[in-house]
Amino acid sequence: MKHSIWQDGIKIGLIGGGVGVLLSLIGMVEAFSQRHIISNVISMGHTLLLVIALLVGYMAAKRASQTQPLRVLANGLISGLMVGGLLALLVMVGNLVRLRAVFINASPVLYKLLTFDYGIGSGIFLLLCAGTFSGVLSGLFYLSPALARRVLLTSLSSVVMAGVLQDLLRPTFALWGPLAIINEWLFAANGLTIQGAVSLFILMALIIYFWAKRGSAVKTGFRGLPPTKQRALRTTGLLFLIIVLLILPQVLGLFLSEVLTIVGLFVLLGLGLNIVVGYAGLLDLGYVAFFAIGAYTIALLTSPELGFFGFSFWSALPFAIIVGIIFGVLLGIPVLKMRGDYLAIATLGFGEIIRILVLSDFLRPWLGGAQGVGKIPKAAIGSIEFAGPQQIYYLILAGCFLVGFISWRLRDSRLGRAWMAVREDEDVAQAMGINLVAAKLLAFATGAAFSALSGAIFASKLGSVYPHSFNVMISINILCLIIVGGMGSIPGVLVGAIALVGLPELLREFADYRLLVYGAALVAMMLFRPAGLWPEAVHRRELQEEESVGTETESLSGPEPGKQEGV
Amino acid sequence: MLEVENIHAYYGHIHALKEVSLTVEKGEIVTLIGANGAGKSTTLKTISGLLRPRKGSIRLDGEDLIRYAPHEIVVKGIVQVPEGRRIFGRLTVMENLEMGAFSCPDRRLNSANLERVFNLFPRLEERRNQVGGTLSGGEQQMLATGRALMANPRVLLMDEPSMGLAPVLVDSIFDTIRQLHASGTTILLVEQNARMALQVATRGYVLQTGTVVLSDTAENLRRNEMVRQAYLGES
Ligand SMILES: Nc1ncnc2c1ncn2[C@@H]1O[C@H](COP(=O)(O)OP(=O)(O)OP(=O)(O)O)[C@@H](O)[C@H]1O
Ligand SMILES: [Mg+2]
Repeated sequence: MKHSIWQDGIKIGLIGGGVGVLLSLIGMVEAFSQRHIISNVISMGHTLLLVIALLVGYMAAKRASQTQPLRVLANGLISGLMVGGLLALLVMVGNLVRLRAVFINASPVLYKLLTFDYGIGSGIFLLLCAGTFSGVLSGLFYLSPALARRVLLTSLSSVVMAGVLQDLLRPTFALWGPLAIINEWLFAANGLTIQGAVSLFILMALIIYFWAKRGSAVKTGFRGLPPTKQRALRTTGLLFLIIVLLILPQVLGLFLSEVLTIVGLFVLLGLGLNIVVGYAGLLDLGYVAFFAIGAYTIALLTSPELGFFGFSFWSALPFAIIVGIIFGVLLGIPVLKMRGDYLAIATLGFGEIIRILVLSDFLRPWLGGAQGVGKIPKAAIGSIEFAGPQQIYYLILAGCFLVGFISWRLRDSRLGRAWMAVREDEDVAQAMGINLVAAKLLAFATGAAFSALSGAIFASKLGSVYPHSFNVMISINILCLIIVGGMGSIPGVLVGAIALVGLPELLREFADYRLLVYGAALVAMMLFRPAGLWPEAVHRRELQEEESVGTETESLSGPEPGKQEGV
Repeated sequence: MLEVENIHAYYGHIHALKEVSLTVEKGEIVTLIGANGAGKSTTLKTISGLLRPRKGSIRLDGEDLIRYAPHEIVVKGIVQVPEGRRIFGRLTVMENLEMGAFSCPDRRLNSANLERVFNLFPRLEERRNQVGGTLSGGEQQMLATGRALMANPRVLLMDEPSMGLAPVLVDSIFDTIRQLHASGTTILLVEQNARMALQVATRGYVLQTGTVVLSDTAENLRRNEMVRQAYLGES
């Protein structure tokens, strides 16, 4: 393996620089620069480029062994320089040629951003320096001891996250007197204050440092407690979590509660698809159909605009779920013999058929056609009406708890095992005495039921339904979120929904780049965490030890290394 | 105990089994030998209900099996060790065995069966928490056999258990088969390795392009001129 010192650095640097140029040209850097991470010091757009340079520097540095510090630093330096260089090239070319004819985002504003507002000459010099410097920093980072790396990485990313999520944190802190002081210390009008960033960094560093030193002691201490105490502690934790969830919308206010309800609806959808794809391994791309069916059933049964039935939300809800289940089975029957890609295409078609049906003039008298159906009543219990997001939140939360609980119970049930066998090998599952037809249809039906529930709440939340809310992108979104979260994992669905639905809602800058971010997230997941952010825990149900009670230790431990491959 | 009578099976237009008949009595090892593509696996598939014969009957203790779905046939006591092992590669040894016990919900019976499997294959007990896909070929065959035994079979169908294994392992697989026989398990064994198969079996059938051309006791088959030439490689 003889290749020149420069090669690794140049290659990786060029890739990173290319990504940086691309993100600049599609306008992401400019869009992100509105938000400051640290007020008047660094914007989110610059952070994006900085992260690229640091990442590239680290990857290049990693190509050399830690025993050759010079080589490590050289790799980092060169790759960082390449990133800066390509961006500088973009600025220069942009000043000679009117790139704007092709890339509408290649504006003077972008060049100003890239040159840090210092004009083209010294700006380009600064850009090159910044790239090189980041690369070298990454090299140094790679050379530092593991604990230092962990502390640095976590504290830095907390500062960045605090800046990115300022709109979430600021109103939360503003609510109570004592916390309001933190707010003032931490945040300026746009971004963190300098002293806030520094103190947050130090605080996080201390926490991580002490956790690394003492964390295992705490954990063993917890394990050492008598089981009753452990249980009590767990219950307390759970209660605390529930209380937090219950007061959340009051704390977060209108906008954030709205975001939460959207996340919640996707959690419901995700839990349903998780049964079909994650548990039973049936790749369903038409999943949005059941969401539409739930929503339209509610519309049909409740809306005075159509004037057929005039049910209340609650009396229509069971019908919505039942109709969902019926369609789940109806879709399931013709695709029973299909596998993998064929199944994906057939279900994709089913999703489109439902969307086109509700859009059609033919069904217009019943389903409203392109205009949709309006005046769908809100759900109400007694005098409490689930009207605004802050109320609907509770409805969705209850739904999530119910569906999450059902998913959890199903996973360890006999049916759950049958699904697992079907997912692993259909033919053998059958040879083990598993009723393939029943297992598959039950998976489709359960998934459809959850999805219809979500659709029903969605219809009542919006007060109206339109065909275009039910396009194929919803199916893709749900699939992405369970892949990113971890196939077959219940907490994974939550994490995935927060990451892929919640974050983009919070960051309005993301709106245009959502698909790009999805794609990048999926590729990154496949490369670095193929099992997902929160993979399904390995379950050991020891047949033998059935009699001896209280051996439930294993389920908390992480995933088995061997189980990571292949999603 | 198991009676297969004049079955005809088709894959689309391909007439894969033409009037195949065979019987397996309680406690016997019956072997089905034949060249590649003779229809051995197809015969087993038909018995397990994975392929529906167009004509003929299959009976277990006099009860007609053809009207049952594959998963019901497993409950009746006919369990197959599939060709090429087909263990669940991402599940652990233990989880594979549990899957095998899917058809019998009786816990007492399960732990007895598990003990039996671990007695037969101590290696599996050592590797109980290992992921199936990382087992060696021989261990995978043990696991596939153990998994089938967990279903508490009355008749065990084994499809080429020696396929792709080193000679030493082939010997140990046939030892296992002898042990199973000694403990009273009824086995229908499909094999390309006719020499070994005819050594452990009590009776045998020779299948050629979907038809049974010979059936006799294993001893007589070993002496049969045609079998010796075509399947035992002797002149
Ligand atoms: N699913 C299928 N579709 C179409 N034809 C098939 C199918 N499975 C088997 N066949 C054909 O049926 C015939 C019998 O196949 P079978 O698998 O029973 O052979 P076999 O005796 O088990 O052979 P081997 O020793 O190679 O396993 C072959 O000609 C084969 O090509
Ligand atoms: Mg075969």
